[in-house]
Amino acid sequence: MTELGTPSFKKTVVELLYQLADDDFILACRGSEWLGLAPHIEEDVAFSSISQDTMGHAAMFYGLLEQLGEGNMDELSHAREGSQRKNAVLCEIPNGTGHYLKEPRYDWAFTVVRQFYYSIAKKIKLESLKQSAYEPLAHAAVKINMELHYHILHWTVWFKQLILSGGEAKQRMLEAIIRVEQEFGDVCSLGPLSAEMANLKLIDKEDVLLERFHNSVKPVFHTLSIPYKGSFGYRSGRGRFGEHTQELQHALTTLTEVYRTDPAAAW
Amino acid sequence: MINLESLEDKNIRFMERIEAGEKIEADDWMPDEYRNVLIKLISMHGISEIMGALPEKEWVPKAPTLKRKLGIMAKVQDEMGHGQLLLRVTEDLIKPLGRTREDIMEDLFTGRLKFHNVFHMEAPTWGDAGLIGWLIDGAAIITQTNMLNASYGPYARALKRICAEEVFHAQHGEAIILALAEGTDDQKKMVQEAVDRWWEPLLMFFGPGDAKATGSSKQDVTAKYRIRSKSNEELRQDFFTKYVPRILSIGLTIPDSTMLYDQKQDKWVYQQPDWEKFKEIVKNKGPKSQERLRLRELSYENNEWVREALAQSEEAI
Repeated sequence: MTELGTPSFKKTVVELLYQLADDDFILACRGSEWLGLAPHIEEDVAFSSISQDTMGHAAMFYGLLEQLGEGNMDELSHAREGSQRKNAVLCEIPNGTGHYLKEPRYDWAFTVVRQFYYSIAKKIKLESLKQSAYEPLAHAAVKINMELHYHILHWTVWFKQLILSGGEAKQRMLEAIIRVEQEFGDVCSLGPLSAEMANLKLIDKEDVLLERFHNSVKPVFHTLSIPYKGSFGYRSGRGRFGEHTQELQHALTTLTEVYRTDPAAAW
Repeated sequence: MINLESLEDKNIRFMERIEAGEKIEADDWMPDEYRNVLIKLISMHGISEIMGALPEKEWVPKAPTLKRKLGIMAKVQDEMGHGQLLLRVTEDLIKPLGRTREDIMEDLFTGRLKFHNVFHMEAPTWGDAGLIGWLIDGAAIITQTNMLNASYGPYARALKRICAEEVFHAQHGEAIILALAEGTDDQKKMVQEAVDRWWEPLLMFFGPGDAKATGSSKQDVTAKYRIRSKSNEELRQDFFTKYVPRILSIGLTIPDSTMLYDQKQDKWVYQQPDWEKFKEIVKNKGPKSQERLRLRELSYENNEWVREALAQSEEAI
């Protein structure tokens, strides 16, 4: 069923897989920087479980790239430069000010909104990928989708609870929604090969996916009695086109610190 | 009917239960001494799990491969889970005293509640990340299995689950160490340096042999109430028996030239750690004590608005 014989099919699958893998990889890393710093111990346990799942998903996508001859999955995740990365810029934005080991002043409202929006967008992509013309990707999507159900439940509870508690929490959440929406266009983008992806039936069209996103999120806003704008931007760049912030480079320096000391060694 | 049983009678009946091997539950009557020693032991264990996540957290993003990243993420998550489980056990014990989790955190910040000496130390390389899993968790398995039959039921049950997971952690650490020990010269050097750094903290981990070393020891009370069975020194000897041959077998050396197994005395002879240094470390004067406490304090302060919001939504419900 897969037409890997055609170079354009393979090129398009690879492009899509890099987006999926790089998104999860960097967001899982941002999540793991919260370890020990979450609002309470129970959340530390839950959030680190979600980040671990997300890193696992990244490993599955990098594994599919490895099968397609793109290189070893550790190389793909650790040796590629920032400019080669296809993740959405929203995923690379730091959790707040400071370093994860020194004076971290992390923003829980931004984190909750980013995770909530991201999980829903990811679930919508996965539902579409379950019918992907590239069968190994369709199989991976079925597995990953099961875990996403719980991620969404988790972040929905936080999203609703912080807004419903009103006062400072609501204010912070509303500001975080604006910030996340300013970048969210990039998460919804499928990049330069978007049209080919749809033509080859790898995934649905961007506008179809976007419509599903609005349909999922709008009712949540409605129950919270807050306005849903649903207009998304690319404030800090278009990651699918290789545009990234300095923050990605800083993060990659940390993430690959040990790997780079000897990429050929067995670790 | 009014219960006229005197305090003395209650104490006698309590000790009869202990000696009969019965499990004490959270709502049972218990002497203050028993409650207090449990609070001290379990809150320290719980907070050590949480503070123990911090030295390893440094290595979570830096782990060199996807598999290692996943492994260390899972491990540190387990440690936080143990911390949470143990804090819940402690919360039940402190409830009758009108105290809550907030008080436990407060005690940590003011230094009243101490955490394990090993978690005050530096973990400067990936070798340390492996060594913590292999030997610190290995040491923890030895001390914790010693309490699996603890008279306090909730603690014994929590430990059962914790020990099962610690075994995976030790395997995770061992896998990292073996890869390094079989690796390049730089990797071998990295792991030996980690052993050299952690040897003294590991000896300290089991606590002083007796009260002479540090001026106080809870060993007698915990033995009386059948919370633990072996002494600190017996546990340290068990650790040597299990790990010294393993350390040597992978080509590493132990940084104590005086160490030997004395057949006549049937025990390991070794250089005592500096117990004065130990006393200072657990008073939050270790190399990383303040930095790690600062991380927790900062997160507590930074998330105050979240706690307030949650308290409000609880009220609303």
